[in-house]
Amino acid sequence: MKKLEAIIKPFKLEEVKEALAEIGIEGMTVSEVKGFGRQKGHTEIYRGSEYTVDFLPKLKIETVVADDQSAQAVETIAKAAKTGKIGDGKVFVLNVEEAIRIRTDEKGDEAV
Amino acid sequence: MRKLITGLLLAFAVFAWTGGSQIYAQDEASAAEEAAVAAEEMAEEGGGDATAGEEGSDDGSGGIDKADTAWIMAATALVLFMTIPGLSLFYGGLVRSKNVLSVLMHCFFITCVMTIFWLVCGYSLALTEGCPFIGGFDRVFLKGLDPNAGDGIPESLLFMFQMTFVIITPALIVGAFCERMKFSAVVAFSLIWALLVYVPVCHMVWGPGGWLLKMGVIDLAGGIVVHITAGVAALVLCIKVGPRSGHLKEKMAPHNLPMCVMGTGMLWVGWFGFNGGSDLGASPDGVMAMLVTQVSAATAAIVWTSIEWYKNGKPSVLGGVTGAIAGLAAITPASGEVGPVGAMCIGTVSGIVCWYFSVVLKNRFKYDDSLDVFGVHGVGGFVGTILVAVFAAEQFGGMKDASYAIGAQLGIQVLAAFGVAGYTLIISVALAIGIDKTIGLRVDENDEREGLDVADHGEQAYNS
Repeated sequence: MKKLEAIIKPFKLEEVKEALAEIGIEGMTVSEVKGFGRQKGHTEIYRGSEYTVDFLPKLKIETVVADDQSAQAVETIAKAAKTGKIGDGKVFVLNVEEAIRIRTDEKGDEAV
Repeated sequence: MRKLITGLLLAFAVFAWTGGSQIYAQDEASAAEEAAVAAEEMAEEGGGDATAGEEGSDDGSGGIDKADTAWIMAATALVLFMTIPGLSLFYGGLVRSKNVLSVLMHCFFITCVMTIFWLVCGYSLALTEGCPFIGGFDRVFLKGLDPNAGDGIPESLLFMFQMTFVIITPALIVGAFCERMKFSAVVAFSLIWALLVYVPVCHMVWGPGGWLLKMGVIDLAGGIVVHITAGVAALVLCIKVGPRSGHLKEKMAPHNLPMCVMGTGMLWVGWFGFNGGSDLGASPDGVMAMLVTQVSAATAAIVWTSIEWYKNGKPSVLGGVTGAIAGLAAITPASGEVGPVGAMCIGTVSGIVCWYFSVVLKNRFKYDDSLDVFGVHGVGGFVGTILVAVFAAEQFGGMKDASYAIGAQLGIQVLAAFGVAGYTLIISVALAIGIDKTIGLRVDENDEREGLDVADHGEQAYNS
């Protein structure tokens, strides 16, 4: 099994979720994160106090898929999340040792 | 801490006892007086009620005018609304979320403490006959007050309306020391400062026989009494308490700007009671005070917004609402004497000058007047107190007649403004040092990092 971690622009969530559902991947965990790569932040000014904000709001999508689906899933995410502009994000692929469905005690590929 | 509270309670008990014995001694003398007043009231009521649509009596002989009374009752509510929750929300939104409750608590508790203080001795020392610098003890605990007597409005209403001013003045200072001053120190400072600064200044400007009143100072609603005093005290405290940990290094942006905007709206609307009620009557003068208040606020907001638009490329909502407050503070002393165009000028000057103090000078000298109490209220009050001398003149659309001399009035205004500022400065410094040496002004570093809501009040504002 592989875990996919994708950092995407927040407004792309619906598109990515639907694209993954179309290839049969229907479970994921989403968290609100802050980060930057090469995209510059912005400046805020409150009554003369200036703050440079480097960290931009992003969404992190985590989903675990079977090995044979991994490549297709990565491609799907990347395609759905792309805008072509700087700050689109990244997808990382990690190995997963074990997965268990809590309700049914299923293990391995059955659990994802 | 417990010794301090026990000491204060003992002092209060002694004071109440001596005050009480004064009431007993005076009772016999005032009984005859009250009988005479009661007889007068009955005669007036007998004659007045029969006629429908009577004219209000305003001959200063002590008759109650219902229209004046109705408006000032409403104005009292409006001005109290300015503190709870107008100022509370304005300040609350500007601090970080870990400190929002502490700011709300400061404003709320000061409201309560000042109410009792005003009843016990504040009103008497401020607004009864005494000497030119302080009143007397005639109305301690409101003894001798006749609920049915007054000059236009019942004296009880004068008590209430003026009370809302003694409430908001120490509440204003909160913005300078927020996020780092101990709650106990806030209460102690506010109470003693109200007695030593607000009350004498109030007496000098508005009290019978007041030194500045007799000199002819113009301060309708408290440019000197409220804004200059609060502004100067704020500057003193923010320097003495010191800047917040991480000031100028860490981001300390407002946690809830919508709250600030809401608070500003409440302050602006409430200011109609603040300025519009300070004539103590429902009169065309009161209406004009409201009119110029509106004009000054709007003008100053436009000016501040324009400056930001030009300098930063983006006009901020915080700048807009702050500009409005600057205009409101500046028009406060002037609202009885200037016309609409004068109000535009005052709004313009206060927008520029308050912006300069709050944004340019504050960052140059790096003092942490966190919510710009000095920059907006102190400086705004100064601007209006000085400029009213010019714009009160009839050639500038003001209410004075041809015999009015700008130069002489300017001298009075400058003397009053700087004199009161100087007095406030000295007392505030002494008081700040005194409290720091006894109970300490500032929370410790850990408490400040955790947030005053948890450290001083044991609560979190936002529990999802």
